[in-house]
Amino acid sequence: MTVLGRAYPRVVGTQREVSWLLFDVLMPMMGVIGYVLVYKALKAPEDYVGFVVIGGAMIAFWMNVLWSMSSQLYWEKEQGNLALYIISPANLMAILLGMAVGGLVATTIRATFVIVFGSLLFQVHYALTSFWQLGVVFVLCMVALYGMGMMASSMFLLLSREAWHIANLVQEPVSLASGFYFPIKFFPFWVAAVASFIPLTLGLDAIRQLIFASGPTLGFISISLEIWILLGLSIVFVTGARFLLKKMENLAKKEGRLTEARR
Amino acid sequence: MLDQFSIQTEKLGRVYKLRGAKKGEARSLVALKDIDLTVHRGELFGLLGPNGAGKTTLIKILTTLLSPTSGRAMVAGVDVERYPDKVRPLINMVSGGESSGYGLLTVRDNLWMFSQFYVIPSKEANARIKKLLDIVGLKDKTNIRSSDLSTGLRQKMNIVRGFMTDPDVLFMDEPSLGLDVEASRDVRHFIREWVNQDQRRTLMLTTHYMVEADELCDRVAIINHGQVLACDKPATLKRQLQEHAIFEIEIQENPNLDIAGFKSIRGVNSVTRQEVDSKVSLEFVLKEEAVLADVIGKLTQMQLRIQNLRKREPTLEDVFVRLVGRRMEEEEKNAESSAN
Repeated sequence: MTVLGRAYPRVVGTQREVSWLLFDVLMPMMGVIGYVLVYKALKAPEDYVGFVVIGGAMIAFWMNVLWSMSSQLYWEKEQGNLALYIISPANLMAILLGMAVGGLVATTIRATFVIVFGSLLFQVHYALTSFWQLGVVFVLCMVALYGMGMMASSMFLLLSREAWHIANLVQEPVSLASGFYFPIKFFPFWVAAVASFIPLTLGLDAIRQLIFASGPTLGFISISLEIWILLGLSIVFVTGARFLLKKMENLAKKEGRLTEARR
Repeated sequence: MLDQFSIQTEKLGRVYKLRGAKKGEARSLVALKDIDLTVHRGELFGLLGPNGAGKTTLIKILTTLLSPTSGRAMVAGVDVERYPDKVRPLINMVSGGESSGYGLLTVRDNLWMFSQFYVIPSKEANARIKKLLDIVGLKDKTNIRSSDLSTGLRQKMNIVRGFMTDPDVLFMDEPSLGLDVEASRDVRHFIREWVNQDQRRTLMLTTHYMVEADELCDRVAIINHGQVLACDKPATLKRQLQEHAIFEIEIQENPNLDIAGFKSIRGVNSVTRQEVDSKVSLEFVLKEEAVLADVIGKLTQMQLRIQNLRKREPTLEDVFVRLVGRRMEEEEKNAESSAN
């Protein structure tokens, strides 16, 4: 009930304030088009266009985690809602999940639009090898990603404006390290390995291997290994989120920062 | 058998560290010191004190938003620091001037959302919301966006949010803030009725409005600089002053007026000054009525002409002045200038 309750404002907001269609759907498409044009100019293999389209779609989920969940606690604290969430019996993870679920309406529309419009516009060809593996990869990637987002959100319990700046700071490096617009195989191995801690890195890599003909040749590691790693990341991040949220809440209570800026 | 006490604190203290303090400035702030309070089940308890006295800090500890630095606090028999998750289903809080909820949502939607955090089934939640909105006079605003509400109406919505979950212990931090006189009266009436309806319910409210505390509360704790100065029924606190005589004397503003001169008169417990238009109102708390003669003698000595003299019954404001030595407004101004 908590998840549905907190998701509700997001869903209503999606319906009542439709300006997000321009800012969160149409404009990001321009970024995708830009990268596609670069690859076309370089005469890259056709599948690279598909990589960009899928990467552009997955960015929507990253933005949802970063801005509609992780850093949302900053705004809730500013508005006074955080205190009311904390004093209620509701679990903070459920509140965060509700925020994410509510944001998924817009996120899914954005991702779907990018895939459909991008695929039609640039005539992307798909060669799906296993639907069930694709489903498993996507679900595990999302669980791990949202778990990571919850872990990150715990710092907003303790910090104020500083956490907002940190979120701004990580947005682009994560976009680069995850390989939204290119295969991470071209990173040095250790860079790609470190980047693999970000769920989207391996998630994207596995999805590309599953749906594009040249995917397997441009993959970082095998799909089955990526699935196992994503499973491990899911468990670690969700467990870690539970632990960190409690720890940070207690620390913020001790320092008097749950409801106000640092004294 | 129900626990006798809804709220209990034992030597409760809270010290804030002040970051960025320069050399010579204080590095910590004592917000609460050795607070020992008990609030009985079914009681409407008031915390009365000026801004900065520690009222909100105490409420935050009791509602599991803040950890104490020393001592302990129990709500509904549960230690708030050790078992906050057991306390939270039993409590709720309403703060004056809060802007909770989301502006895009209607009044009903906002309230329904908060009801879900307390696992109240939708049908029951909607029934409670409808009833409470009717009681507080917001029935015709049910489907209005909360961003379109005035401050006073928004506060009424917040009050409904607090009562909607039917908590065992409800905390209200300056609930009348932002409300006009009529709305404040309605809210006070509603609060009183709510507590009276069910002996299980306890309400702790903080206020710096004497009238509110006097009218509403079964018992009142007067708090200042983080310490409880007195705790008893309002009538009992005022009766302690009834052995004293309180007189209000109005005079014209005059440069000869010397307050310190009155304090030196034997039998004058306190004298405070208020200015209304161009007149000065002096309030004397005297050990006995007979001292009035000496006061009038002093006024004559100062060549001050009395325009009005009346005896009045003691109020909680007088109790506060007796305990602190200043009126609440003066104490707040003093605290502000110390902070600056």
